[in-house]
Amino acid sequence: MKAKHQRLTLGLLAVAAVLGASGLALSALRTQASFFYSPGDVVRDGLPLGHHVRLGGMVEKGSVRHMPDGITVRFVVTDGKAQVPVRFTGVTPDLFREGSGVVAEGEFQRDGSFIADNLLAKHDARYMPPQVAGKMHETKTLQP
Amino acid sequence: MFHALANPNRFLKLARPATAICLWAGLALIAFGCWAGLTQTPPDYLQGETVRIMYIHVPSAWLGMAGWSSLAIASFSYLVWRHPLAAVAARAIAMPGALFTALCLITGSIWGRPTWGTWWQWDGRLTSMLLLFFVYLAYMALARADRERGGDARIPALFGIAGTVLLPIIHYSVIWWNTLHQGPSITLSGSSIAESILWPLWFTLAGFTLFFAAIVLMRMRAELATQKAEARMRRLTHA
Repeated sequence: MKAKHQRLTLGLLAVAAVLGASGLALSALRTQASFFYSPGDVVRDGLPLGHHVRLGGMVEKGSVRHMPDGITVRFVVTDGKAQVPVRFTGVTPDLFREGSGVVAEGEFQRDGSFIADNLLAKHDARYMPPQVAGKMHETKTLQP
Repeated sequence: MFHALANPNRFLKLARPATAICLWAGLALIAFGCWAGLTQTPPDYLQGETVRIMYIHVPSAWLGMAGWSSLAIASFSYLVWRHPLAAVAARAIAMPGALFTALCLITGSIWGRPTWGTWWQWDGRLTSMLLLFFVYLAYMALARADRERGGDARIPALFGIAGTVLLPIIHYSVIWWNTLHQGPSITLSGSSIAESILWPLWFTLAGFTLFFAAIVLMRMRAELATQKAEARMRRLTHA
Protein backbone atom coordinates (compact mmCIF):
# COMPACT_ATOMS: atom_id res chain seq x y z
CA MET A 1 0.00 0.00 0.00
CA LYS A 2 1.40 3.34 -1.02
CA ALA A 3 1.73 6.07 1.60
CA LYS A 4 -0.79 8.20 -0.29
CA HIS A 5 -3.41 5.44 -0.15
CA GLN A 6 -2.73 4.90 3.51
CA ARG A 7 -3.32 8.59 4.20
CA LEU A 8 -6.49 8.51 2.09
CA THR A 9 -7.86 5.56 4.07
CA LEU A 10 -6.98 7.19 7.38
CA GLY A 11 -8.51 10.48 6.25
CA LEU A 12 -11.75 8.82 5.17
CA LEU A 13 -11.90 6.92 8.47
CA ALA A 14 -11.42 10.20 10.32
CA VAL A 15 -14.28 11.84 8.41
CA ALA A 16 -16.53 8.83 9.06
CA ALA A 17 -15.64 8.95 12.77
CA VAL A 18 -16.41 12.66 12.96
CA LEU A 19 -19.79 12.24 11.25
CA GLY A 20 -20.56 9.25 13.48
CA ALA A 21 -19.74 11.34 16.54
CA SER A 22 -22.06 14.03 15.29
CA GLY A 23 -24.89 11.53 14.83
CA LEU A 24 -24.34 10.08 18.31
CA ALA A 25 -24.36 13.57 19.84
CA LEU A 26 -27.59 14.41 18.06
CA SER A 27 -29.40 11.25 19.14
CA ALA A 28 -28.04 11.31 22.70
CA LEU A 29 -29.17 14.88 23.20
CA ARG A 30 -32.49 14.20 21.52
CA THR A 31 -34.59 14.81 24.62
CA GLN A 32 -32.23 16.99 26.66
CA ALA A 33 -31.42 19.48 23.95
CA SER A 34 -35.00 20.45 23.19
CA PHE A 35 -35.72 24.10 23.63
CA PHE A 36 -39.19 23.45 25.04
CA TYR A 37 -41.63 20.76 26.20
CA SER A 38 -44.52 20.07 23.86
CA PRO A 39 -47.91 19.13 25.36
CA GLY A 40 -47.40 15.56 24.08
CA ASP A 41 -44.08 15.27 25.98
CA VAL A 42 -45.82 16.23 29.21
CA VAL A 43 -48.53 13.60 28.77
CA ARG A 44 -45.89 10.95 28.04
CA ASP A 45 -43.28 11.84 30.67
CA GLY A 46 -45.30 13.51 33.42
CA LEU A 47 -45.39 17.11 34.59
CA PRO A 48 -41.99 18.72 35.25
CA LEU A 49 -43.24 20.29 38.50
CA GLY A 50 -41.17 22.79 40.44
CA HIS A 51 -38.96 23.70 37.48
CA HIS A 52 -38.91 26.80 35.38
CA VAL A 53 -39.47 25.38 31.89
CA ARG A 54 -40.65 26.30 28.42
CA LEU A 55 -43.80 24.98 26.81
CA GLY A 56 -44.13 25.18 23.04
CA GLY A 57 -46.78 24.43 20.45
CA MET A 58 -49.59 26.03 18.50
CA VAL A 59 -52.11 28.42 20.00
CA GLU A 60 -55.39 26.56 19.52
CA LYS A 61 -57.82 28.38 17.23
CA GLY A 62 -60.59 30.12 19.18
CA SER A 63 -58.95 29.54 22.54
CA VAL A 64 -57.55 33.02 23.28
CA ARG A 65 -59.52 34.79 26.04
CA HIS A 66 -58.63 38.24 27.32
CA MET A 67 -59.38 38.67 31.02
CA PRO A 68 -61.20 41.76 32.32
CA ASP A 69 -58.02 43.19 33.89
CA GLY A 70 -56.79 43.89 30.35
CA ILE A 71 -53.33 42.34 30.59
CA THR A 72 -54.03 38.71 31.43
CA VAL A 73 -54.64 36.32 28.58
CA ARG A 74 -55.65 32.66 28.66
CA PHE A 75 -55.17 30.29 25.77
CA VAL A 76 -54.61 26.63 24.99
CA VAL A 77 -51.33 25.28 23.60
CA THR A 78 -51.65 22.16 21.48
CA ASP A 79 -49.36 19.93 19.45
CA GLY A 80 -52.11 17.78 18.00
CA LYS A 81 -51.60 15.09 20.68
CA ALA A 82 -52.48 16.98 23.85
CA GLN A 83 -53.60 20.36 25.12
CA VAL A 84 -52.31 22.53 27.95
CA PRO A 85 -54.22 25.58 29.22
CA VAL A 86 -51.92 28.57 29.74
CA ARG A 87 -52.33 31.80 31.66
CA PHE A 88 -50.06 34.75 30.95
CA THR A 89 -49.98 38.25 32.39
CA GLY A 90 -48.08 40.80 30.37
CA VAL A 91 -47.56 42.12 26.87
CA THR A 92 -47.84 39.49 24.14
CA PRO A 93 -45.39 39.60 21.19
CA ASP A 94 -46.63 41.02 17.87
CA LEU A 95 -46.70 37.65 16.19
CA PHE A 96 -48.72 36.00 18.96
CA ARG A 97 -52.01 34.89 17.40
CA GLU A 98 -54.36 31.94 17.17
CA GLY A 99 -53.18 29.10 14.96
CA SER A 100 -49.58 30.28 15.18
CA GLY A 101 -46.59 28.91 17.11
CA VAL A 102 -45.74 30.04 20.63
CA VAL A 103 -43.14 29.26 23.29
CA ALA A 104 -44.20 30.10 26.86
CA GLU A 105 -41.71 30.31 29.73
CA GLY A 106 -43.02 29.55 33.20
CA GLU A 107 -44.12 26.72 35.49
CA PHE A 108 -46.54 23.84 35.30
CA GLN A 109 -49.20 23.67 38.00
CA ARG A 110 -50.43 20.51 39.75
CA ASP A 111 -53.68 20.58 37.78
CA GLY A 112 -51.74 20.35 34.49
CA SER A 113 -52.15 24.00 33.54
CA PHE A 114 -49.24 26.33 32.90
CA ILE A 115 -48.56 29.81 34.24
CA ALA A 116 -46.28 31.77 31.93
CA ASP A 117 -44.13 34.75 32.81
CA ASN A 118 -42.84 35.29 29.29
CA LEU A 119 -44.09 34.57 25.79
CA LEU A 120 -42.05 34.10 22.61
CA ALA A 121 -43.64 33.88 19.20
CA LYS A 122 -42.45 31.05 16.97
CA HIS A 123 -43.06 31.37 13.29
CA ASP A 124 -43.08 28.57 10.75
CA ALA A 125 -41.01 28.19 7.61
CA ARG A 126 -43.63 29.76 5.32
CA TYR A 127 -43.23 33.24 3.92
CA MET A 128 -45.81 34.78 1.60
CA PRO A 129 -47.18 38.14 0.53
CA PRO A 130 -50.32 39.38 2.34
CA GLN A 131 -52.55 38.98 -0.75
CA VAL A 132 -51.77 35.27 -0.95
CA ALA A 133 -52.42 34.77 2.75
CA GLY A 134 -55.79 36.48 2.29
CA LYS A 135 -55.20 39.22 4.81
CA MET A 136 -53.30 42.47 4.79
CA HIS A 137 -50.46 42.95 7.19
CA GLU A 138 -51.09 46.05 9.27
CA THR A 139 -48.35 47.83 11.12
CA LYS A 140 -49.96 48.77 14.39
CA THR A 141 -48.63 51.80 16.22
CA LEU A 142 -50.03 53.68 19.18
CA GLN A 143 -51.69 56.92 18.18
CA PRO A 144 -50.25 59.93 20.04
CA MET B 1 -6.22 19.99 -13.52
CA PHE B 2 -6.03 19.72 -9.73
CA HIS B 3 -2.34 18.91 -9.76
CA ALA B 4 -1.53 21.43 -12.43
CA LEU B 5 -2.67 24.09 -9.96
CA ALA B 6 -0.15 22.85 -7.40
CA ASN B 7 2.35 25.07 -9.15
CA PRO B 8 1.81 28.44 -7.43
CA ASN B 9 2.84 30.41 -10.51
CA ARG B 10 0.25 28.68 -12.67
CA PHE B 11 -2.33 29.22 -9.94
CA LEU B 12 -1.48 32.91 -9.70
CA LYS B 13 -1.86 33.36 -13.45
CA LEU B 14 -5.46 32.09 -13.15
CA ALA B 15 -6.21 33.67 -9.77
CA ARG B 16 -5.46 37.24 -10.79
CA PRO B 17 -8.27 37.61 -13.37
CA ALA B 18 -10.56 35.29 -11.35
CA THR B 19 -10.33 37.63 -8.32
CA ALA B 20 -11.49 40.61 -10.35
CA ILE B 21 -14.35 38.69 -11.98
CA CYS B 22 -15.61 37.27 -8.65
CA LEU B 23 -15.31 40.60 -6.87
CA TRP B 24 -17.14 42.79 -9.39
CA ALA B 25 -19.74 40.24 -10.42
CA GLY B 26 -20.35 39.50 -6.74
CA LEU B 27 -20.76 43.16 -5.77
CA ALA B 28 -23.09 43.77 -8.73
CA LEU B 29 -25.29 40.79 -7.80
CA ILE B 30 -25.38 41.85 -4.13
CA ALA B 31 -26.35 45.40 -5.09
CA PHE B 32 -29.11 44.23 -7.42
CA GLY B 33 -30.38 41.61 -4.94
CA CYS B 34 -30.51 44.13 -2.09
CA TRP B 35 -32.23 46.74 -4.24
CA ALA B 36 -34.80 44.19 -5.43
CA GLY B 37 -35.25 42.81 -1.91
CA LEU B 38 -35.85 46.26 -0.46
CA THR B 39 -38.11 47.69 -3.15
CA GLN B 40 -39.47 45.02 -5.48
CA THR B 41 -40.90 42.37 -3.18
CA PRO B 42 -44.07 42.38 -1.07
CA PRO B 43 -43.88 42.26 2.74
CA ASP B 44 -44.63 38.99 4.53
CA TYR B 45 -48.22 38.40 5.69
CA LEU B 46 -47.15 37.96 9.33
CA GLN B 47 -43.81 39.66 9.74
CA GLY B 48 -44.33 42.64 7.47
CA GLU B 49 -41.20 44.45 6.31
CA THR B 50 -38.94 42.65 8.81
CA VAL B 51 -38.74 39.66 6.46
CA ARG B 52 -36.36 41.58 4.17
CA ILE B 53 -33.40 40.91 6.48
CA MET B 54 -33.58 37.40 4.99
CA TYR B 55 -31.67 38.61 1.90
CA ILE B 56 -28.58 39.13 4.12
CA HIS B 57 -29.20 36.55 6.86
CA VAL B 58 -29.62 33.48 4.64
CA PRO B 59 -26.46 34.07 2.51
CA SER B 60 -24.49 34.70 5.73
CA ALA B 61 -25.67 31.43 7.25
CA TRP B 62 -24.94 29.57 4.00
CA LEU B 63 -21.41 31.01 3.75
CA GLY B 64 -20.66 30.34 7.41
CA MET B 65 -21.42 26.65 6.81
CA ALA B 66 -20.14 26.38 3.22
CA GLY B 67 -16.97 28.11 4.45
CA TRP B 68 -16.29 25.39 6.99
CA SER B 69 -17.14 22.66 4.47
CA SER B 70 -14.59 24.03 2.00
CA LEU B 71 -12.06 24.54 4.79
CA ALA B 72 -12.50 20.87 5.72
CA ILE B 73 -12.19 19.72 2.09
CA ALA B 74 -9.01 21.78 1.69
CA SER B 75 -7.64 20.32 4.95
CA PHE B 76 -8.47 16.82 3.77
CA SER B 77 -6.72 17.31 0.41
CA TYR B 78 -3.72 18.72 2.21
CA LEU B 79 -3.48 15.74 4.55
CA VAL B 80 -4.01 13.09 1.88
CA TRP B 81 -2.41 14.46 -1.28
CA ARG B 82 -0.09 17.02 0.35
CA HIS B 83 -1.43 19.55 -2.14
CA PRO B 84 0.62 22.64 -1.21
CA LEU B 85 -2.07 25.15 -2.11
CA ALA B 86 -4.70 23.35 -0.03
CA ALA B 87 -3.13 24.46 3.26
CA VAL B 88 -2.98 28.02 1.95
CA ALA B 89 -6.62 27.81 0.88
CA ALA B 90 -7.80 26.47 4.25
CA ARG B 91 -6.10 29.32 6.11
CA ALA B 92 -7.50 31.85 3.64
CA ILE B 93 -11.07 30.62 4.12
CA ALA B 94 -11.09 30.87 7.92
CA MET B 95 -11.34 34.67 8.28
CA PRO B 96 -14.22 35.30 5.81
CA GLY B 97 -15.95 32.19 7.17
CA ALA B 98 -15.83 33.56 10.71
CA LEU B 99 -16.96 36.96 9.44
CA PHE B 100 -20.08 35.59 7.73
CA THR B 101 -20.90 33.37 10.72
CA ALA B 102 -20.78 36.49 12.91
CA LEU B 103 -22.93 38.35 10.38
CA CYS B 104 -25.44 35.49 10.49
CA LEU B 105 -25.60 35.64 14.30
CA ILE B 106 -25.98 39.43 14.30
CA THR B 107 -28.66 39.63 11.60
CA GLY B 108 -30.45 36.68 13.21
CA SER B 109 -30.50 38.50 16.53
CA ILE B 110 -31.87 41.66 14.91
CA TRP B 111 -34.51 39.57 13.14
CA GLY B 112 -35.38 37.64 16.31
CA ARG B 113 -36.28 40.72 18.35
CA PRO B 114 -39.37 41.78 16.35
CA THR B 115 -40.51 38.28 15.28
CA TRP B 116 -39.87 36.07 18.33
CA GLY B 117 -39.71 38.79 20.94
CA THR B 118 -36.12 38.08 22.01
CA TRP B 119 -32.58 38.97 20.93
CA TRP B 120 -31.10 35.66 21.97
CA GLN B 121 -32.21 32.27 23.30
CA TRP B 122 -30.13 29.14 23.99
CA ASP B 123 -31.95 27.29 21.26
CA GLY B 124 -30.33 24.35 19.40
CA ARG B 125 -29.79 26.22 16.13
CA LEU B 126 -28.55 29.46 17.69
CA THR B 127 -26.21 27.72 20.11
CA SER B 128 -24.66 25.42 17.48
CA MET B 129 -24.09 28.37 15.14
CA LEU B 130 -22.39 30.30 17.98
CA LEU B 131 -20.17 27.25 18.54
CA LEU B 132 -19.22 27.27 14.86
CA PHE B 133 -18.10 30.89 15.27
CA PHE B 134 -15.88 29.93 18.21
CA VAL B 135 -14.49 26.96 16.26
CA TYR B 136 -13.50 29.36 13.46
CA LEU B 137 -11.69 31.57 15.98
CA ALA B 138 -9.93 28.55 17.47
CA TYR B 139 -8.85 27.43 13.99
CA MET B 140 -7.44 30.87 13.20
CA ALA B 141 -5.46 30.94 16.45
CA LEU B 142 -4.20 27.39 15.90
CA ALA B 143 -3.19 28.01 12.27
CA ARG B 144 -1.30 31.16 13.25
CA ALA B 145 0.48 29.45 16.15
CA ASP B 146 1.42 26.53 13.89
CA ARG B 147 2.81 28.90 11.26
CA GLU B 148 4.79 30.94 13.76
CA ARG B 149 6.39 27.81 15.18
CA GLY B 150 7.28 26.69 11.66
CA GLY B 151 4.88 23.73 11.70
CA ASP B 152 3.80 21.92 8.53
CA ALA B 153 0.07 22.84 8.87
CA ARG B 154 -0.89 19.26 9.70
CA ILE B 155 -2.40 20.04 13.11
CA PRO B 156 -4.67 22.85 11.84
CA ALA B 157 -5.73 20.50 8.99
CA LEU B 158 -6.75 17.81 11.51
CA PHE B 159 -8.69 20.45 13.45
CA GLY B 160 -10.37 21.51 10.19
CA ILE B 161 -11.65 17.96 9.68
CA ALA B 162 -12.69 17.53 13.32
CA GLY B 163 -14.73 20.75 13.18
CA THR B 164 -17.11 19.27 10.58
CA VAL B 165 -18.79 17.54 13.53
CA LEU B 166 -20.81 20.75 13.91
CA LEU B 167 -22.18 20.95 10.37
CA PRO B 168 -24.77 18.13 10.61
CA ILE B 169 -25.68 19.31 14.11
CA ILE B 170 -26.42 22.83 12.85
CA HIS B 171 -28.40 21.51 9.90
CA TYR B 172 -30.49 18.94 11.76
CA SER B 173 -30.91 20.93 14.98
CA VAL B 174 -34.20 22.42 13.78
CA ILE B 175 -35.47 19.07 12.50
CA TRP B 176 -34.55 16.72 15.35
CA TRP B 177 -35.05 18.98 18.32
CA ASN B 178 -37.76 21.39 19.39
CA THR B 179 -36.27 24.77 18.62
CA LEU B 180 -37.42 28.37 18.54
CA HIS B 181 -35.85 28.68 15.11
CA GLN B 182 -38.22 27.45 12.41
CA GLY B 183 -37.44 24.47 10.19
CA PRO B 184 -35.71 24.78 6.81
CA SER B 185 -37.63 26.84 4.23
CA ILE B 186 -35.56 25.87 1.21
CA THR B 187 -34.99 22.15 0.72
CA LEU B 188 -34.12 19.99 -2.27
CA SER B 189 -37.80 19.27 -2.80
CA GLY B 190 -38.77 22.94 -3.00
CA SER B 191 -39.30 26.05 -0.96
CA SER B 192 -41.98 27.23 1.43
CA ILE B 193 -41.17 30.85 0.63
CA ALA B 194 -43.55 32.41 -1.90
CA GLU B 195 -41.86 32.94 -5.28
CA SER B 196 -42.51 36.70 -5.19
CA ILE B 197 -40.54 37.02 -1.93
CA LEU B 198 -37.89 34.41 -2.74
CA TRP B 199 -36.39 35.50 -6.08
CA PRO B 200 -34.01 38.30 -4.91
CA LEU B 201 -32.51 35.81 -2.46
CA TRP B 202 -30.93 33.87 -5.34
CA PHE B 203 -29.13 37.07 -6.43
CA THR B 204 -27.76 37.88 -2.97
CA LEU B 205 -26.84 34.20 -2.42
CA ALA B 206 -24.85 34.07 -5.67
CA GLY B 207 -23.43 37.55 -5.07
CA PHE B 208 -22.19 36.91 -1.54
CA THR B 209 -20.75 33.54 -2.62
CA LEU B 210 -18.72 35.20 -5.42
CA PHE B 211 -17.66 37.94 -3.00
CA PHE B 212 -16.52 35.24 -0.54
CA ALA B 213 -14.53 33.54 -3.31
CA ALA B 214 -12.89 36.87 -4.18
CA ILE B 215 -11.80 37.40 -0.55
CA VAL B 216 -10.38 33.86 -0.40
CA LEU B 217 -8.45 34.34 -3.66
CA MET B 218 -7.07 37.68 -2.46
CA ARG B 219 -5.94 36.17 0.83
CA MET B 220 -4.35 33.20 -0.97
CA ARG B 221 -2.45 35.53 -3.29
CA ALA B 222 -1.27 37.64 -0.35
CA GLU B 223 -0.09 34.51 1.45
CA LEU B 224 1.77 33.20 -1.60
CA ALA B 225 3.42 36.58 -2.09
CA THR B 226 4.53 36.56 1.56
CA GLN B 227 5.96 33.06 1.19
CA LYS B 228 7.84 34.12 -1.94
CA ALA B 229 9.26 37.20 -0.21
CA GLU B 230 10.31 35.16 2.81
CA ALA B 231 12.04 32.59 0.58
CA ARG B 232 13.89 35.36 -1.23
CA MET B 233 14.96 36.87 2.08
CA ARG B 234 16.30 33.49 3.21
CA ARG B 235 18.26 33.04 -0.03
CA LEU B 236 19.73 36.54 0.32
CA THR B 237 20.84 35.99 3.90
CA HIS B 238 22.41 32.63 3.05
CA ALA B 239 24.17 33.89 -0.06
